Amino acid sequence: MTVSEICEKCGFEPVVLPEAEREVNGGYIGDLLSWVMGRAKADSAWITIMSNINIVAVASLTDVACIILAEGVTVDENIKNTAEAKGVNILSSSLPAYETAVAISGL
Amino acid sequence: MSESLIFHFDVDGEDFTSAGQASVQVKKNLRRLGISPEIIRQVSIAMYEGEINMVIHAHGGSADVVVNEDKIEIILADKGPGIADIELAMQEGYSTAPDSVRSLGFGAGMGLPNMKRYTDEMTIESKVGEGTTIKMVVKL
Ligand SMILES: Nc1ncnc2c1ncn2[C@@H]1O[C@H](COP(=O)(O)OP(=O)(O)OP(=O)(O)O)[C@@H](O)[C@H]1O
Ligand SMILES: [Mg+2]
Repeated sequence: MTVSEICEKCGFEPVVLPEAEREVNGGYIGDLLSWVMGRAKADSAWITIMSNINIVAVASLTDVACIILAEGVTVDENIKNTAEAKGVNILSSSLPAYETAVAISGL
Repeated sequence: MSESLIFHFDVDGEDFTSAGQASVQVKKNLRRLGISPEIIRQVSIAMYEGEINMVIHAHGGSADVVVNEDKIEIILADKGPGIADIELAMQEGYSTAPDSVRSLGFGAGMGLPNMKRYTDEMTIESKVGEGTTIKMVVKL
């Protein structure tokens, strides 16, 4: 399943999708960045409520397929621009992290 | 590649939001060299953790990445406060990070353990009051 399919089918908001057709395999939920870097696998969907600029670098280096901001969390323009430039997909879900993961797994 | 390639970076200790730039640049450079995605991921996560540590704990420093035929070396050097008890610092969950960076998602005490996990060799030399040098090797 691709990032854009997940976005559409789960009703998430596309924040920036520079690599919309990227395949997603599995997921990881977490807000502590070193845990994410230690545990999240490449190509997974990373669900978080963290919204500062460092999430873009972490997503890029960890090589996750996308960041999904849970709880309707938003990011500022600067983060959107950086994510676009680095090819990092960001979606936003109005649901809490657990329900966000459940929605994806139900696809 | 018969000769080794060296990438050098100065890591700014003030600018917290741009921390990680060296690691992101290294990722790009390695990709251009045709290094495998899994190796790139290991090197860039290990380097990012070290880079962030220099910003948070040591007022910045320098990072060198040396690409050889059979291995990639990462050398991070700072003139920060040093690490008094390296064994303790290496434990998962140990952190002296201030609240200001914890609110950004750092301070889980998982950075040094991640650096060890993602590299084949890691050595820490540190002297309190003088600084810290961390060398890591990822075999190709
Ligand atoms: N370059 C350094 N100079 C001085 N102290 C350091 C340095 N790197 C790490 N430390 C010390 O070692 C501790 C553990 O480092 P580690 O990277 O594992 O965790 P952290 O940086 O506190 O949190 P995290 O990496 O999970 O965000 C730090 O809290 C700090 O006390
Ligand atoms: Mg750290």
